[in-house]
Amino acid sequence: MTDRLLEVRDLQTHFHTRAGVLKAVNGVSFTLERGEILGLVGESGSGKSVTGFSLIGLVDPPGRIAAGSSIRFDGQELVGLPQAQMRALRGKRIAMIFQDPAATLNPVLTIGQQMTMAVQAHGGGGEAAARALAARSLTRVGIPDAVARLDAYPHEFSGGMRQRVAIAIALLHEPELIIADEPTTALDVSIQAQILAEMKALAKDSGTALIWISHDLATVSSLADRVMVMYAGRIVERGAVADVLRAPIHPYTRGLLDSLPALATPGEKLAQIPGSTPSLLALPPGCPFAPRCPRASEACRTDPPLVGDAQHGALCHHPLEVVA
Amino acid sequence: MAAFWREYRESWIAVVALAVVLLVVAAALLAPWITPQDPYDLANLNLRDARRAPGFVGSGGYVHWLGTDAQGRDLFSAILYGLRISLQMGIAAGAVAMTLGATLGILAANAGGRIEQAIMRVVDLQLSFPAILLALVLVAVLGQGKVPLIIALVTAQYAYFARTAYGAATAERQKDYVEAARATPLPGHRVVVRHLLPNCLPPLIVVGTVQVANAISLEATLSFLGLGLPPTEPSLGMLIANGFQYMMSGRTWISVYPGIALIVLIVAINVVGDQLRDQFNPRLRR
Amino acid sequence: MLGYVIQRLIQASLVMLAMSALVFVGVYAIGNPIDVLISPDATQDIRAATIRHYGLDLPLWQQYLAFLGRLVQGDLGRSFVLNIPVLELVLSRLPATLELALASVLIGAFIGIPLGIYAGYKPDSPVSKGIMAASVLGFSVPTFWVGLILILTFAVNLDWLPAGQRGPTVEVLGVGWSFLTLEGLQFLALPALNLSLFKLAMMIRLSRAGTREVMLSDTVKFARAAGLSEFTILRRHVLRLISIPLVTVFGLEFGSTLAFAVVTETIFSWPGVGKLIIDSITSLDRPVMVGYLVLVAFLFVTINLVVDLTYALLDPRLRRGGRV
Repeated sequence: MTDRLLEVRDLQTHFHTRAGVLKAVNGVSFTLERGEILGLVGESGSGKSVTGFSLIGLVDPPGRIAAGSSIRFDGQELVGLPQAQMRALRGKRIAMIFQDPAATLNPVLTIGQQMTMAVQAHGGGGEAAARALAARSLTRVGIPDAVARLDAYPHEFSGGMRQRVAIAIALLHEPELIIADEPTTALDVSIQAQILAEMKALAKDSGTALIWISHDLATVSSLADRVMVMYAGRIVERGAVADVLRAPIHPYTRGLLDSLPALATPGEKLAQIPGSTPSLLALPPGCPFAPRCPRASEACRTDPPLVGDAQHGALCHHPLEVVA
Repeated sequence: MAAFWREYRESWIAVVALAVVLLVVAAALLAPWITPQDPYDLANLNLRDARRAPGFVGSGGYVHWLGTDAQGRDLFSAILYGLRISLQMGIAAGAVAMTLGATLGILAANAGGRIEQAIMRVVDLQLSFPAILLALVLVAVLGQGKVPLIIALVTAQYAYFARTAYGAATAERQKDYVEAARATPLPGHRVVVRHLLPNCLPPLIVVGTVQVANAISLEATLSFLGLGLPPTEPSLGMLIANGFQYMMSGRTWISVYPGIALIVLIVAINVVGDQLRDQFNPRLRR
Repeated sequence: MLGYVIQRLIQASLVMLAMSALVFVGVYAIGNPIDVLISPDATQDIRAATIRHYGLDLPLWQQYLAFLGRLVQGDLGRSFVLNIPVLELVLSRLPATLELALASVLIGAFIGIPLGIYAGYKPDSPVSKGIMAASVLGFSVPTFWVGLILILTFAVNLDWLPAGQRGPTVEVLGVGWSFLTLEGLQFLALPALNLSLFKLAMMIRLSRAGTREVMLSDTVKFARAAGLSEFTILRRHVLRLISIPLVTVFGLEFGSTLAFAVVTETIFSWPGVGKLIIDSITSLDRPVMVGYLVLVAFLFVTINLVVDLTYALLDPRLRRGGRV
């Protein structure tokens, strides 16, 4: 029996600030199969990025993964794993891509230097071998004239190319899982679509699982197999992309879909979810979406139950009617 | 304001430092009443009391808690009066430098174009020139005394305030609400006073505290080198210089006690300034 | 890159010109130029002769040109007190000051930067807090007082090191350097330490601030995600990134070190240029004062130029015509 690639159970990541305990991730559970592409969608402050960081063990203090959380990667428990062992995993079996490649790449080092460092972080032999691997990776992500480009500096690349370099670094050791935190948000719209398609192809090609974190349901829908919608630290709906888009169960998902310009009728006002995301320090009891929900009632003061099935489910007291 | 004080209290070192500063200020203000001797009145001094160790009972009939210096001055009195001068010089120079510098900086930010460039070029040039050299030269040219010294200190320090005010004002001007305010019929200077100025104040205050400490240190250094105030009004620097020659023969108190007083004051002001800076800095706030 | 160098050279020359004009105005227009050239107790005849010789009755701009001409030839007048050309006098004392300044700068850098990086890497450790507290003392305490305490402790009480004067010198390239003898080092130790304390404190604080900022940046996060060891990150990323602001401050601080040498040299009776200026101020030896000012201005401009060029070397964005 093969282990699932990733099994997350009741992940709680808390930030102990001066003003109180901020529950950025408040009980997140999900699974990921090998080679699967999972989308994680939410507004800013929903906890999606923190979830990503928690998986790879890069939560900055004062944040901490709370006791009782479990992250099993290929059968191995990551929570509580000593740093040295965690470091052996990072970059080799689990890789991460960030939002702004101008910030993630060191401006004073060449691409080649940064890539060889990433190669040699996990053995990787001598300088020449590392460079060869780096050049191969660059070619794979579609950067022409790779060997020469190794000696270039980040500022000599365009935004889209820089992100491709970051992806190339992530792919160096053929990881089993790549976590991508809003990798196309900082790029031009035209480049976005390109990178999206290329990443999907790369992932399917190498059988790498991908967790794509984004605030944009539209981009996720073209890329992912399954999608999870996060709100205020919790997953409020999950399911196959087609199912969730066609027949959302949770009112929040419905609200997100309604506010997408792509799906709106030209000439009509864009729908908007009223109100704003709650402060994670002062969450209301029960369902966190209740204050903004058009279907809210007294019952929403208690924790909502799971509605639906394992394929497509949501946490809601008043789920939307499932259209057959 | 209350929240500010609450956060300040979290660092006990900063609170202690603040208490020290206030204590010194109080002692300096009350100096004429709490010292047994007026060290400036030459008639008070008796050479037979000179260079006496701490605890000595002098011809005035009172105990010299910290000993006496080469002229027979009671060191305790001399130190308190010296602290007074240090504070006077530091605060006066700091205040004038702040006003001058801030005005220049905000002016430059507001005027834009060539005026802005010209002013800031001069300021930058001055910033790269060490304060002590500038002060040295000015004192050499202008002579000794309180006023020349303040001029020297102000010239050496206004550039820091100018740059700080310029930076803050420029950042503020780019914000949307200032654009909006300028679109209204409000006169230009109203925008400056009501909007730019209050936002420049926090960094200016931080720079101000540090600069007061610097001014005190600079004045002491100049006095130590013999280029500060005249020897009849001994500042702490001069006391230390006078006592330097006696250090080898074991009469260390003449230099060391004024030195300790100076250090305590400067360090306390710097600690307070540090704390203020951390509190005002938005980037360090989690 | 060449364009940048030329641009900087032109700027430096302009500043030098401006400085010379300032000194000229200060001495010739504001002060009584006669006082700079001859001793106040010269006879009327000599005064008249000097005025004619130096063209002091000529229009100001002509005098300025003559002044510049003399400057370029290295004629800065003769010292009243010692009756030797000022340039010769200043140059003879310069090695001592340079030795002192360099020694203290090296101490500041090699001890200050590592300490600062540690304090920035682990800001909450008690060691770091101790380092920071010590650094506050380091730059609050006036240099002259530190010198006093050093003499008191090491020379008077412990009798380990001498309390003043410069040690025996060894001729290298026609100039005497005292650090090449063991005894010379003994004499150099205390003054260099004294002078270095301010710089040490500054380096510690700067390195710490820079390190903290870089450690929280996306660059470090990405490097961690790639599995790089903390040591590699510190060595290759942090050090490289903080070197830019450090070098800038370093360079500027070198100038200020030269200035503060004035105090140290006075306390330790170190026969350098600093002591020269103090002596000349107290003895009203104006030609030496003017000469010192011009020399210092020249040194400053040179130092700034070197710093600018080093900056370009360290930051590749300036080199290949990229935009910072």
